[in-house]
Amino acid sequence: MTTHVEFWLNDRRVITDVPDGMLVLDYLRKDRLLTGTKEGCKEGDCGACSILIGEVVDGVMRYQPVTSCLTPVGEMHGKHVVSIEGLNLPNKLNPVQQAMVDRVGSQCGFCTPGFIVSMCWYMMAARETPTLEGFQRAFSGNLCRCTGYAAINRASLDLVEQFGPGGQWASIWQADDRLGALMEAGLLPGYFAEMPKRLEAIGEMEEVPRDDADVIDFFVAGGTDLYVQKGELLPRAQVKILNRHPEMKGIRKEGDTLHIGALTTFEEFGASEDVLAFIPEIQDYLHLIASLPLRNRATIAGNIINASPIGDMTAIMLALDTTLVFARGETTREVELKRFYKGYKTFDKHPAEVMTEMVLKVPAAGTGVYFEKVSKRRCLDIATVNSAAKLRISDEGVVEEASLTLGGVAATPLWLEKTGEFLNGEVLSETLWREALRIAHTEMSPISDVRGSAEYKRLLATQLLTAHVVKAAPERVSLDAMLAI
Amino acid sequence: MTEKHLDAELHTRGTSLYVDDVAPPAGMLHAAIYGSPVAHGRVKALRLDEARNAPGVVAIYTGEDVPGENQIGPVLPDEPLLATDLVEYHGHPMAMVVAETPEDARHALTLIEVDIEPLDVITCPRVAHEAGHILGTPRTFAMGDTTAAFADCDIVVEGRSDVGGQEHLYLETQRARAVPTEGDRIRVYSSTQSPYAVQKACARILGLPTHRVEVDVIRLGGGFGGKEDQATSWACLAALACQITGRPTQLVLHRLDDLRMTGKRHPYSADYKIGLSKEGKILAFEVKHFQNAGAKTDLSLAVLERTLFHSTNSYFIPNVRAYAASCRTNLPPNTAFRGFGGPQGMFVIESAIAHAAEVMGVDRSEIQKKNLIQEGQSFPYGQQAERARARRTWEEAETNFEIGSWQKEIADYNAKNAATKKGLAAMPICFGISFTATFLNQASALMHVYTDGSVSLSTGGVEMGQGLSSKLVRIAAQALRISPHRIKVETTNTTRIANMSPSAASATTDLNGSATILAAEELRRRFRELLARELGVQDAENITFEDEKVFYCDEPTDWTWEKLVAHAYLSRVSLSAHAFFATPNVWFDKQKETGRPFAYHVFGTAWTEVTVDMLRGTYTVDRVRLVHDLGRTLNENVDLGQIEGGLAQGIGWMTLEELAFAEDGRLTSHALSTYKAPDGDALPDEIDVRLLEDADNPVGPFGSKAVGEPPLMYGIGTFFALRAALRAAAPEAELAFNAPMTPEKVMMQLHHNRLRTLWETPPTSTAAPAAAGE
Repeated sequence: MTTHVEFWLNDRRVITDVPDGMLVLDYLRKDRLLTGTKEGCKEGDCGACSILIGEVVDGVMRYQPVTSCLTPVGEMHGKHVVSIEGLNLPNKLNPVQQAMVDRVGSQCGFCTPGFIVSMCWYMMAARETPTLEGFQRAFSGNLCRCTGYAAINRASLDLVEQFGPGGQWASIWQADDRLGALMEAGLLPGYFAEMPKRLEAIGEMEEVPRDDADVIDFFVAGGTDLYVQKGELLPRAQVKILNRHPEMKGIRKEGDTLHIGALTTFEEFGASEDVLAFIPEIQDYLHLIASLPLRNRATIAGNIINASPIGDMTAIMLALDTTLVFARGETTREVELKRFYKGYKTFDKHPAEVMTEMVLKVPAAGTGVYFEKVSKRRCLDIATVNSAAKLRISDEGVVEEASLTLGGVAATPLWLEKTGEFLNGEVLSETLWREALRIAHTEMSPISDVRGSAEYKRLLATQLLTAHVVKAAPERVSLDAMLAI
Repeated sequence: MTEKHLDAELHTRGTSLYVDDVAPPAGMLHAAIYGSPVAHGRVKALRLDEARNAPGVVAIYTGEDVPGENQIGPVLPDEPLLATDLVEYHGHPMAMVVAETPEDARHALTLIEVDIEPLDVITCPRVAHEAGHILGTPRTFAMGDTTAAFADCDIVVEGRSDVGGQEHLYLETQRARAVPTEGDRIRVYSSTQSPYAVQKACARILGLPTHRVEVDVIRLGGGFGGKEDQATSWACLAALACQITGRPTQLVLHRLDDLRMTGKRHPYSADYKIGLSKEGKILAFEVKHFQNAGAKTDLSLAVLERTLFHSTNSYFIPNVRAYAASCRTNLPPNTAFRGFGGPQGMFVIESAIAHAAEVMGVDRSEIQKKNLIQEGQSFPYGQQAERARARRTWEEAETNFEIGSWQKEIADYNAKNAATKKGLAAMPICFGISFTATFLNQASALMHVYTDGSVSLSTGGVEMGQGLSSKLVRIAAQALRISPHRIKVETTNTTRIANMSPSAASATTDLNGSATILAAEELRRRFRELLARELGVQDAENITFEDEKVFYCDEPTDWTWEKLVAHAYLSRVSLSAHAFFATPNVWFDKQKETGRPFAYHVFGTAWTEVTVDMLRGTYTVDRVRLVHDLGRTLNENVDLGQIEGGLAQGIGWMTLEELAFAEDGRLTSHALSTYKAPDGDALPDEIDVRLLEDADNPVGPFGSKAVGEPPLMYGIGTFFALRAALRAAAPEAELAFNAPMTPEKVMMQLHHNRLRTLWETPPTSTAAPAAAGE
């Protein structure tokens, strides 16, 4: 593979012809001897390899944290890659580093650079003055095995004090040029000011024609599952980096229809005003689903195509009656998501087809969209069982719409067709709901595995379905009554 | 004096160095390990030809290529470096590929083929015990007469208690780099808590005298016991490849291999019987511990011993009979993990007390409080409690945290809420400090003073994040009466310190700090002699040092540290000192199972509050408040970090960290996606740590106490708090003493009848089409 990728690595311009599929982590550590970025798990679960990726958006630099262990070099063209070394000031610690030192937020130190990256990013991106909770969400993808996080929380509180209301640097949150203000506050090195100009000087990537251009071993989107499963093959394989095709990104509303580009990330989905309008709690759901660095990479289409029976975003898209659009050359084809899966990890898609977008109808007013998930660890764990629901219940208690899903209780993500049919048009009551659960029960077929016994999953599925209804219509189905069964 | 962690500035800038961060020497090779694909079997054939021909492969080595002895067992010689005829656990190392790149090495692993005749796989310690698969000899600690005492008890309950293992999950996986020096000499950079163990094992493997192998350790990216003994094999493998190829060789375990191939905290199963008076005095306690040792002895026998030492936790029980057997199973050899068998011992007595309290209808804490050990009372191994602070920490917790009103708040909450229930539980701890293998309680320090007044300090202690270097600097500065900025702690190196004990048993600062003090005292003795000559006085004992200045009879002189050092050099007075420390007054007689194994005990009391979501079976750990006995702290921030971090690991062990093995012995919680350690969200936002004041420890350096392990055991309180919450919801439910208390266990114990209530006959689900993977 002979693509030349040009980008800025910290304060240095880089042109490289390493394989497109090579991981940024390996490139940093092995090719550049930038060893501050650590390898902890190589599957995005520990955050020790966190870096920032910056690009020019509407004329200003926007940075996102990602795990470099799941990010291919081939996607870095025209970007600013910031490793921990690129955040260091020449002769002193920045305030984030200083707070971590003052509060002994670092013990063995192996996770520390990742934490610093996440916390610095939060200072660069926070919409309002920083809070402890904001820091905690920013480093929610970083594991520390030594401190129990208490000292890291104390360091965060120091920063809240310095940069929050009344603090020495309280004014920077009003600054139009946040990064400039952070440079002035000694939080970022001065070279960041040069980046927009530097990146704009990089031209479009020249894809050198390959001898055998049709042979693609892997299509790589976010890579968050693909690199976990095939990480050792990808650097040696012919890969097609889908993120070089920005036309497949973004959310567009046409009337009451939402068109979601296949490469839309979890985070882009959660940040969309159009989505927030009908799922106001989406950010809380996303916090359970994945860490920010993964949400910045993972695409919704990837989650669907990965076909895990417990895909969290899949559960939500399924409840929303999403239709998938596939392209093969000039031909396009539509498939309803609820008819897409044929069996465990098998689905209605030709290998040469590429999903281009997902289409769904914006739910009618008065419709609630709910998501529940239970895993061993509350956040950022793969669900034992998950469930999403789209529910509209009239003031008279009539179920006008019930689209219910379950994950982890069958070989595929499950859309509860019979249960929904049974509920639609009926007046909701505790008796009716109990009957609905009976029907839901016939639709599942869980098996025992590392995430739990079949019996547990069956029970959990019941509880999570109930949780939706209790949230949607507590006056019709009360939690106390459901607990008393 | 600094209250910081000395490495923190480097850590936050990403410039601190771990084994593989040091720029690689030219021509360095990379190794990868082939592990057995089955948990037990006889090796019929190992086919390596295809892998040997794979791109980049330099060589593949098996046990037959070991030039010395193919043996690394640290206590008993039962562990080959590379298995040859018999494999005894899934992942048992069988061959090593050495290649030009790590990717080439790992790719070649996929081309290795093996024929193994499968043998029966045992994963349960009780089954192994029944079958007589016992490592070493079972041990029994006894005091008084339990049989007679049970006859006098008003309440006697019996039961079973099970506790799971725990993955260390050091963020830095196992790794080593071996570099040839000249002739048959070799230098090994290892991420080990035990450089001497690595040195000895490498020498044994290579057939060399020990002095030919130099081991150097900069720091560890976490150890927690997992690199006390189990760093050794990886260092030996790198050394083996280096010795044969003559090229530097590095071995960094992939996370999945580290999880699969290394041992963990020992799971235990136990039977207990406890007898009490109706007033709640514990009169008799019997316990049988079945330790799941895994396939090889490793450190299991020492871990087993510590289980016995802590079988009565903080309590005085006049009649005790504690039996423990190390049971050999087909899991990776389990090993040291913070607490070293102590937590498993404590979990059983706490289960027995909880069981008795429920039968008696009293709060568990009432029984706990009534039985706390007091000054002069004996532990079942004959040692008497000295400076016993079990009761002091309990009472300070009671006052500081207003336990009475806290308990009432919880009861009120539970009376008003059905959807969520709260639980509150106390957890006193008492942990003995010293290696129970008495001979290990020794350490050395080597101190060099350079003519500019700067100081180099080497000890046998390893920095693994616990803050050893920070404490050693503090100790050396205080002992020399100079500024800490003059002192640098060196890497841990076997050529500077010989025969070092592992950095373990919480004793690293005690031992190496005490040796450091002795080295400083030797230097000061020489300086006083010199100064007495220079000052023309006879009474050298009246020469003192403070703030880098010299005083005579409390009057300042014009001698400063820098002047003194420079003058000492010109006067040909040695500016280097080596000192040796051995913990006094510790011993143990294994024949009689009595002695004084510990220099002292660490005490403390924690209270934990949890909330359980009754619908979902999930929970949060809301707050932990504790009073801890640190002696006189050497570095309050570092000690606080040890307490909070230990507690976090204890909470993880009791809640979500669940090791899962399939019946065929395969680890199914095999990645960070299936084995979950606590993230920030899983831990309490409120951790209130109070240190016991006025609690000097005359036998610790500058009055301090060890801090590494004991706080982990506060985490056990989480299990009992969760149990209390479940009890509040379901007073009659059958609740097992089976940790960790995962959301699954919460749900199944709360609602096990629910499925039947909802559906008379739940359909069986064995006909599912396929595995529900990711």
